[in-house]
Amino acid sequence: MNRFLGFVKKEFMHIFRDIRTLVILFGIPAAQILIFGFAVRTDIKNAGIAVLDRSKDEISTGLVSRLESSDFFILKQSLESGAQIDPAFKKGDIKAVLIFEDNFGKRLLNEGSANIEIIADGSEPNVANLVTSYTRAIISDYMIDYNGAMAEGALVIEPEIKMYYNPNLESQYMFVPGVITIILVLICALMTSVAITREKEFGTMEVLLVSPLKPIHIILGKVTPYFILSLIDLIIILFLSWLVFDIPIKGSLVLLMLESMLYIMLGLSLGIMISTMSKTMQQAMFTSLLGLMLPTIILSGFIFPVEYMPGIYSWLSMIIPPRWFVTIIKDIMIKGTGFTFVWKETLILFIMTLVFITISTLKFKKRLE
Amino acid sequence: MTSEKVIEVKNLVKKFGSFVANDNLSFDVYRGEIFGFLGANGAGKTTALRILSGLSKPSSGDVRVAGLDIYRHAEKVKKHIGYMCQKFSLYEDLTVAENIMLYGGIYGLSKKIIENRASTLLESLNFTSYRKNIIGSLPLGMRQKLAFAVAILHDPDIVFLDEPTGGVDPITRRQFWEMIYKASSDGITVFVTTHYMDEAEYCDRVSIMSEGRIVAIDSPDELKKRYGASSVQDVFVKIARPSNYSPNNN
Amino acid sequence: MRTILYLIRKEFIQIFRNKFLSKAIFGIPIVQIVILVPAVTFEIKNIELCIVDMDMSAESRQLISKLQGSDFFLLKHTTFDEKEADDMLHADKCDMILHIPENFGRNVVREEKEKLMVVANAINATSAQLAWAYMRGILQDYNSELKVRSMQSNTPGRLSLIETTNRFWYNPSLNYKYYMLPGILVILVTAIGLLLAGLNVVREKEIGTIEQLNVTPIRKYQFITAKLVPFLVIGLVDLAFGLVLGKILFNIPFNGSIAMLFLFAAFYLIAVLGLALFLSTLSSTQQQYLFVVFFVLMIFVLMSGIFTPEESMPLWARRFNIINPTAYFMRVIRMVMLKGSGFADVFQDVRGIIIIGIATISLAIWRYRKTV
Repeated sequence: MNRFLGFVKKEFMHIFRDIRTLVILFGIPAAQILIFGFAVRTDIKNAGIAVLDRSKDEISTGLVSRLESSDFFILKQSLESGAQIDPAFKKGDIKAVLIFEDNFGKRLLNEGSANIEIIADGSEPNVANLVTSYTRAIISDYMIDYNGAMAEGALVIEPEIKMYYNPNLESQYMFVPGVITIILVLICALMTSVAITREKEFGTMEVLLVSPLKPIHIILGKVTPYFILSLIDLIIILFLSWLVFDIPIKGSLVLLMLESMLYIMLGLSLGIMISTMSKTMQQAMFTSLLGLMLPTIILSGFIFPVEYMPGIYSWLSMIIPPRWFVTIIKDIMIKGTGFTFVWKETLILFIMTLVFITISTLKFKKRLE
Repeated sequence: MTSEKVIEVKNLVKKFGSFVANDNLSFDVYRGEIFGFLGANGAGKTTALRILSGLSKPSSGDVRVAGLDIYRHAEKVKKHIGYMCQKFSLYEDLTVAENIMLYGGIYGLSKKIIENRASTLLESLNFTSYRKNIIGSLPLGMRQKLAFAVAILHDPDIVFLDEPTGGVDPITRRQFWEMIYKASSDGITVFVTTHYMDEAEYCDRVSIMSEGRIVAIDSPDELKKRYGASSVQDVFVKIARPSNYSPNNN
Repeated sequence: MRTILYLIRKEFIQIFRNKFLSKAIFGIPIVQIVILVPAVTFEIKNIELCIVDMDMSAESRQLISKLQGSDFFLLKHTTFDEKEADDMLHADKCDMILHIPENFGRNVVREEKEKLMVVANAINATSAQLAWAYMRGILQDYNSELKVRSMQSNTPGRLSLIETTNRFWYNPSLNYKYYMLPGILVILVTAIGLLLAGLNVVREKEIGTIEQLNVTPIRKYQFITAKLVPFLVIGLVDLAFGLVLGKILFNIPFNGSIAMLFLFAAFYLIAVLGLALFLSTLSSTQQQYLFVVFFVLMIFVLMSGIFTPEESMPLWARRFNIINPTAYFMRVIRMVMLKGSGFADVFQDVRGIIIIGIATISLAIWRYRKTV
């Protein structure tokens, strides 16, 4: 035990002596949470649109000014002919074109219906979808007002919405927990992935191997200092998300901390596993950064909801640890649910951690022989 | 040996913060001689050598290498020198031939010249059959000899060797010194740092450093005579502070 | 010039002799493109709905079947128990609850105003808003149907209606793969370039071979060029690989000029590699460099507008993208490939990326010291 503590102490000294790395390790998560918390969102503001108004009557101009006055759109261009649409899209600063047909207002008055064509730039499907549905919503609101004067009581059903958990519809409620999840696992895995390959590459591995420390002790000794570092990172991140983004921690803080510790252990052991499986530092670095970054961002449900993915991917995402932690952290922080709601996710993360540690120890032993 | 000075150093000072690594060094090195730089670890040998080879800038003092002022012509100086350092610096993942080709190319030698020199060089070292071997797969002694050969491939005026024989067996060390003699007889000035005192005996002149200063500079015989010592090691023990020296520090 | 060629040759030999790297630089992009490109869709389908029907009238059943008939909603559960519905929302077993109050049918038929309460899980604000928009659309349709029926039966009145038709140009079926492939490709090319070039230099520092180069008369620009060209070539090859793969697997359209895209890609990679070399001069260990790259890469990628639209970012973030090379490439590759934009359309981006490139390369040359 003493020997083990001595080893942990040595590892500690090694990390904490390198001030530059320390600054990086604490600064990166803090900066990322701030930047992404503010910048990453999926709603639309100030999207550029263009209008091709073949009618230019009272109603069409009224509708255009209604669109303009919303936060969603900025009228960038008024087009004169259909031939101008393609070049306008190709320049890239408009996302949709609204085309009012000839005699739009007259038709609406005389025939009771008139047509608007919305052409959206499908090269960004998500934006295209949002722009189209926002435009439609504005048009239908406009018509309700317009008809309201003419046909009293036209609408019998008045739907009302209650937005649970996030009444102000803040994007941050979705993205801050997501960013925490992504950054924690990546930074933990990056930290430890280099740990063992580094010893190997610089020839200090032999010293460890001839020491009477057991493989599991060496691994734990490597992990412990990083565990403490990550814990400090976690506290910084949670504090910032509360202070800056007003994200409440509705559930139990203790539970959240315990779950996060489990998740940190998982990240660290994932890194160690990569480390024991890699021959060189470069290999470990490539695997941990290039191999983990995109799959965790895309398959964790951080930005793209897992529910809407094609069948096989909802299965594939099950082996992505962040996917489970995103659920846990959202449930505890935002919904305020207790352990009974997240025990399944917790168990899965626990098993994954055990698997990573077992593989690392086995691989490490093999190297010993 | 001629009286032409290839290295002139006057009042060289190098400070790192408040620590003085080289304290007012002055010495000259003549063309074709083997000049040894002796001292315990941390005496300032490597610092001085790095300044002379252009890897580090002096804090003050006049330094001329190959007739060129080190401040103004640091890059020109590099055309006239070769360098081999303590840490092994050939590319371990390249073959012998690839390393030779690379450094020959960097110094602007034509492909034909590189190939000619490479084959003479490999023959003289009996390494011809290892041409296509990856450096990393060769034993340390062999690598050191190759590194030296590569350092003088472009026929420099001066070659700087920083602890070139660190960690190799006595037989390889002997062979290494034979290579040094050969280079010297071809007119290359050899500037070598070492803490092996027996190697000092092979030098034409040695300078003994202690705590950043040169405490003695002359030929080994003169030094022995002056201090009434039987070997350079004795000289060293007598003039360098005993507290800073342990003969087994490698 | 010959010196540079010797150095470049050396880099290529080293990369391709490295068993892991030589496979990883082509293997990782292929695997990730194949797996990740088809994964993403923002298309919202099957919003899981729980209905609390307190009315159980013909009208409420009509409304429910209308909801069931749409692609957007999937009826998960019907109950009388409000608490049960709330619990389901809480446990993530449904996304939305629709409360149909008692006497809904009666009131609707009598044309008395009737309130319908909808509850949504709004943690993902965008999804919630979209779901809400779909719900409102269906309710409005239902409402008009009622109106039409009642109009036929009694007072003749008139209701004006704007019909909207919509089309998506350049990607009529909103195929997300067309959008994701260029994006993922840009990220991979960027990540590989940043990692390879920077780690290469820091590694030479760590094992000491850089010192041997520094005592030679190599010029700074020669060193930087030799460290840049191999990774530029690898990046462009990776890009070509990815595009061919996209064509074969996902039939990605290619409407613009390939030559122009590659020219732009070359400018982009020079800017990115210049940055990598600059950052490598600031790091003393590979581990430090890894973390710096992690930081830079995450920022470049998440701010570039690949996953979340630039339009949704606050003004400062959009301003930041003026110095974010990845934002330029992300924009240009989609414009050129999907829309067939020409040189005049992307001129500003070309100018921007060249300026960034000049800046990063100058920084790299300036910071690279042959002396310590």
